[in-house]
Amino acid sequence: MTQSVVRDDPALAGSHEALFSAREVNKTFGHGRRAVEAVKNVSFDLNKGQITTIVGESGSGKSTMARMVLGLLPITSGTMTFEDRDVTKLRGGARTAYWRDVQAVFQDPFSAFNQFFTVRRLLSRALRLLGDAEAGQAKMEEALNHVGLSGPDVLDRFPHQLSGGQRQRVMIARALMMSPTMLVADEATSMLDASLRVNVLNVLTDLRDQLGMTILFITHDIGQACYLADRVLVMEHGVMVEQGPTDKVIFDPQHEYTRRLLSDVPRLHD
Amino acid sequence: MKAINFTPRFWVAASLILFVLVVGVLGPFIVRTDPNAVIGGLYDAPSMNKLAMWLGTDNEGQSVLANLVNGIRTSLLVGLLAGIIAMVIGLIIGLVAGFQGGVVSDILMGITNIVLAIPSIVVVILLSVALNGRNAVILGFVIGITSWPWTARAVQAQSTSIRVREHIDVARLSGARWISILLWDILPYLLSYVAMAFVLQVSGAILTESALSMLGLGPSGETSLGTMLYWALAWGSVRTGAWWAFLPPTIMLTLVAFSLLLLQSSLDEVFNPRLRRGKLRKRPRGAATPVPAVASPQTLGSSPLIEAPGRAGRTAGASSSTVRDGGVA
Repeated sequence: MTQSVVRDDPALAGSHEALFSAREVNKTFGHGRRAVEAVKNVSFDLNKGQITTIVGESGSGKSTMARMVLGLLPITSGTMTFEDRDVTKLRGGARTAYWRDVQAVFQDPFSAFNQFFTVRRLLSRALRLLGDAEAGQAKMEEALNHVGLSGPDVLDRFPHQLSGGQRQRVMIARALMMSPTMLVADEATSMLDASLRVNVLNVLTDLRDQLGMTILFITHDIGQACYLADRVLVMEHGVMVEQGPTDKVIFDPQHEYTRRLLSDVPRLHD
Repeated sequence: MKAINFTPRFWVAASLILFVLVVGVLGPFIVRTDPNAVIGGLYDAPSMNKLAMWLGTDNEGQSVLANLVNGIRTSLLVGLLAGIIAMVIGLIIGLVAGFQGGVVSDILMGITNIVLAIPSIVVVILLSVALNGRNAVILGFVIGITSWPWTARAVQAQSTSIRVREHIDVARLSGARWISILLWDILPYLLSYVAMAFVLQVSGAILTESALSMLGLGPSGETSLGTMLYWALAWGSVRTGAWWAFLPPTIMLTLVAFSLLLLQSSLDEVFNPRLRRGKLRKRPRGAATPVPAVASPQTLGSSPLIEAPGRAGRTAGASSSTVRDGGVA
């Protein structure tokens, strides 16, 4: 196993404040001989107001990492801190409070919807977390407007009446309603077609630029990482093999695996 | 709900069940004769003179028709009660075990497996012997609390598969409570299965009640289809050729079980678009065939080209609307 390459310029690293830090996080599924180490000794920081991307092929543990960051999956060992609070083992009310700050958008805009709920019902569920049912309607419409949808158009629709891109944007709107400080987007564009993909990616950059949101974007597509990210983390088989600013990692890769990922990007012409 | 496409099988099953229900619910008000009143001698042959005599008399000189309509009512009551109880217990245990997973699931499924391993008819017999003054309601309870394990297992398996869907994560992130996720994010996805399992539970409970009654463990002081058969057997109606004493309850029992099974399999067709037939057959050849395999309905079920049920359903829906449009044009 090769050494993890950390490419941050020490001088530069100090200029950004880490919002979320993971230190030596491990995740093992199963026991004994059938144990699978999905994530091994991963440490990274998510800087405030930046988009950080985790790149890796399927099975590299990046989605597992996302679920652990969200507190949906308990970690085996290691520590995670958010705004200098320990969020390694959250339960009950503390976890609900955490979800007010950290929200997520998932990969599959089809299965992320409860097919029996209208958009209104889906969104109004999140109001309970906010504890503010009064401003509910306004909040919903505001969040929908933010992703380029209009409330009256989509609120009373069922998911099967929406297109894939609309659905993914409703999902982003749901996350936005909580006004989170951090958003985790787990392969949020991989099931959309190319034109919608750029659309959703632009929504994410807008969130960073306008609201100063910290975004963790998980993808297998190094091209999207390059388009979007301020920092890139590369994972291979549960190990974080390289991390650093986008221009360093993408245009001057040090690790063998990063080079291989880059060489696999299809080129239109050479 | 334009998507629901009831098949002829469903309508046949539904009308049979409706017939049984009408006989069971309205029958006693039409026949009016007290099932315990003696109106003739031992096994008087049927005659058309009086409504109560249409099916003759039984071993005690009571009207078979009056006993039959009251017996159907009792059997339906036992079946429904047992079905509801079994369904509720099975659903709660299955949902909680499936959604929680881990140790909770292991414990609940362990209990289920133990209950499953005990032959339920033995438990039912012991319970009904132990309980004094058996009536239909108690019998329904006893059958209900012994027949839930299969439902629990199946519901557990299905909710385990739904638990890992992303919409559950989305609901949790939205701050939905545990019970709310269980009721609104998991249960609705199981409803089609729950409806079918309930029908089977009712049918099974009615047959269990008859089996118990034929062993002499039926409701005391009440008539059920099973107790009618018990008395008919005990008093040698088969030997003496008094067919009116044992055939009517047998036929009604068969009809109830058959129509419920038919309803279950027709519901399967309603909920699973891959099994839909009927209208598809009338589809004109070659009209709008984006998926070639759909052109022949025989290959629909087994076609490797049609993998997603949703896709097959949409194609079937589209084709039936094509037929309708074609008819109008």
